[in-house]
Amino acid sequence: MADAVIHAADALTGGDAPDHVVHHTTTGLSNNKLAMWLFLGSECLLFGGLISTYMLYRGRHSENLGPDQIWDIPFTSVSSFILLMSSLTMVLAVTAARRRDDRNTKVWLCVTALLGACFVAGQVYEFTTFYREGLGFTTSLFSSSFYTLTGFHGVHVSVGIVILLSVVGMIARGRTPSDKSELVEIVGLYWHFVDIVWILIFTLVYLIPA
Amino acid sequence: MALIERPTQRALVPAVATPSTTYGVFRRPVESTGWKSWAFTVDHKKIGIMYSATALFFFLVGGFEALLIRAQLAGEEGTILSADTYNQMFTMHATTMIFLFVMPMTTGIANYVVPLQIGARDVAFPRLNAFGYWTFLAGGLFLNSSWLLGGAADGGWFMYAPNSSVPFSPSHGIDFWVLGLQITGIASLTSAINLIVTIINMRAPGMSLMKMPVFTWMALVTQFLLVFAIPVITVALFLLMFQREFDATFFDVNAGADPLLWQHLFWIFGHPEVYILILPSFGIVSEVLPVFSRKPLFGYPLVVFSGAAIGFLGWGVWAHHMFASGLGPVSVAVFAVSTMAIAIPTGVKIVNWTMTMWGGKLWFTTAMLFAMGLIVQFTIGGLSGVTHAVAPSDTQQTDTYYIVAHFHYVLFGGAVLGIFAGLYYWWPKVFGQQLSEKWGKANFWTMVIGLNMTFGPMHVTGLQGQPRRMYQTTAERAGEGFFNISFWNLIASIGSLILAIGVLFFVINVIVTARKGEKAPLDPWDARSLEWMTNSPPKEHNFDAIPTVHHLDEFFHRKYEDVGEGEHHEFHKIATAEELIAEQEANADAHIHMPSPSYWPIIVSFSLPVMAYGIIYSRWMIPIGFAIAMFGIYGWAMEPPTATADDYEPPPPPSGGELEVATHG
Repeated sequence: MADAVIHAADALTGGDAPDHVVHHTTTGLSNNKLAMWLFLGSECLLFGGLISTYMLYRGRHSENLGPDQIWDIPFTSVSSFILLMSSLTMVLAVTAARRRDDRNTKVWLCVTALLGACFVAGQVYEFTTFYREGLGFTTSLFSSSFYTLTGFHGVHVSVGIVILLSVVGMIARGRTPSDKSELVEIVGLYWHFVDIVWILIFTLVYLIPA
Repeated sequence: MALIERPTQRALVPAVATPSTTYGVFRRPVESTGWKSWAFTVDHKKIGIMYSATALFFFLVGGFEALLIRAQLAGEEGTILSADTYNQMFTMHATTMIFLFVMPMTTGIANYVVPLQIGARDVAFPRLNAFGYWTFLAGGLFLNSSWLLGGAADGGWFMYAPNSSVPFSPSHGIDFWVLGLQITGIASLTSAINLIVTIINMRAPGMSLMKMPVFTWMALVTQFLLVFAIPVITVALFLLMFQREFDATFFDVNAGADPLLWQHLFWIFGHPEVYILILPSFGIVSEVLPVFSRKPLFGYPLVVFSGAAIGFLGWGVWAHHMFASGLGPVSVAVFAVSTMAIAIPTGVKIVNWTMTMWGGKLWFTTAMLFAMGLIVQFTIGGLSGVTHAVAPSDTQQTDTYYIVAHFHYVLFGGAVLGIFAGLYYWWPKVFGQQLSEKWGKANFWTMVIGLNMTFGPMHVTGLQGQPRRMYQTTAERAGEGFFNISFWNLIASIGSLILAIGVLFFVINVIVTARKGEKAPLDPWDARSLEWMTNSPPKEHNFDAIPTVHHLDEFFHRKYEDVGEGEHHEFHKIATAEELIAEQEANADAHIHMPSPSYWPIIVSFSLPVMAYGIIYSRWMIPIGFAIAMFGIYGWAMEPPTATADDYEPPPPPSGGELEVATHG
């Protein structure tokens, strides 16, 4: 997670003069973007490992505290929808940044962060409810692997929110590199990735009956 | 983002007006001498040297642990180590050698050599590079601090369940191991991403992928393996941490868990890891052999493709570590076949190296001897490796010294001999001095004799049934005659002493060479690749003018002209290294901007062990470490890559606005 911030950090400081935005790389791709893609490739295996663990242990629970008993599908569907909508607002932020429209970039980044925060809040609420129903972290193998998987995803969304707000702050204070749109785009890559992972998790964890 | 700007014709306008003192408080480090020039450096060459020096230090630590193990096993019923200390010793020996020696050593060499080989002025993310080194150091120190804090990890380097759970290992050793590897994993991941971007994006004009030196190629494959292997062990380590710290039961059979989960996760990381350890050495050997055979590498594309093939196949063989765990016949058959398949690209490489030497004018320098040593010793280890691929035979060998013999032949006989070939080969480049050939040859022969004496007998003791990790042998179990394992254990222990003397010769060689202080010639080996087309040691900006590449082995083709006709090649020397470098200096680029040193990487790095100690001892240290990390990350994000004039106190540098490296004239 720290890495993502660091990559974003490099993106923030890597630019130079505004009239000198064409960088000479062998492939013509930006270094920052390439690094972010590699990082996301690495993240695929992180979530791959966590999802495999969950799939292995999803059936190992006590009688009345299994996935089929405790999921609240309508609630989670709504929070999933909110998270997916945040991808839309992220795209709007990227296009605004391409148009060099600072005001709308900031607005859409804030909306994206807000939607992300709604999702995280929903997750906190959901975890609390499950805990009240008796499903603690160590209750069963199912609960441990469920909380670990969704917890990791929640942390990724939270880190994304921090990065989004940091970018808003930097744009507001004019402390961004020349290629602002690329910075927003790279943050967007991370954000979309986290959303795509949620589509997988939502399908595998919630929708497919255990 | 090009932190290293390519020179342009027009003068560069300073970047976005940014306050140069972060938070309005800190002045940026700009020292170019003294300890600060090392602690805050972002220069890939200094970082490469620090990586390698630290790794060599851990090599001595791990070697010392190995000597204690061999001393314990030299006689029957050894009493030097207790059973408990013995467990810690072999665990930490393996962990140190893999995670704190071979991996950072090859990263260090790649850090130093790759940008020079591809004609770049630095890596793509210089500060991330510094962060990688300091994080590795922080993780290594953290891991080893467990010796002083109640005992080190004792579950073996692959830390199988249930031995890794609290009831079976109540000390904090495994907690240190889990968190320490997590930290070094962050270091590996960041430097892997950095090196991949560097290799893909920062090659000199004209250097297509198939004109890249083989070492750079193998470094690229290795870094890709790291990017995809590290997260898998990250997951495994997190699960184990949750089990040990927060009472989860991921690997606890009593709670209905599947202990094989750990084995799968560990080996999906662990087998690519094996290629992470060996491929850089394959790359080094592919550089050294052509130079000292005075021939181009035989079948360059095949060597490159087989390296990449090893990288791909390496993902489909992990379960051969688990043949004895009852996977079922189908899985076993599949993994047995895929494991045998890996012998094909490896064999291709061996053949290509041999064919490179065939008909060449061989020059038996120490570097060449080590490279040839790798071919022979690695092949022995490779052959016993094929016997593990045969599942029925592996069932017999699992957890015996036969396995220990195999992986020491491939790791010591392969990876380590390759690293030493690289050390002797690139030493004049890095330090401008040539290591003594006399000491070097003593170093090589004692090491090779020692290695065969140490690890050769383990084939015998292993097939006789001596289990791994057994802390004592007894007379009743020793067997008779030729197969008496006590006899062979003694031979192995004597061999390990000879091996240690070999390493000592290397240390002496370094000291003797440094004392003598003789300047090495610019191109002592008549080398072929770009890293030799600059001064030794190279200037801070590597090349006065970035060369345009037309050939594989560009430097060679600049020195030699092909006067042969048709298929017949005959090369005549047309230029010396001195002339080529002088020509480069004369055409030096006008504006070369180098990234400036920074405090932030080291600060972020050392916040990690603070958090890790917090997890083990008291939770309030976690927010402190986290706060330091956030402080560092934001400081980093606010800092421009190049220092501005107000960072210099008292006098700004003569060139005014930006730090400009003085170029020719």
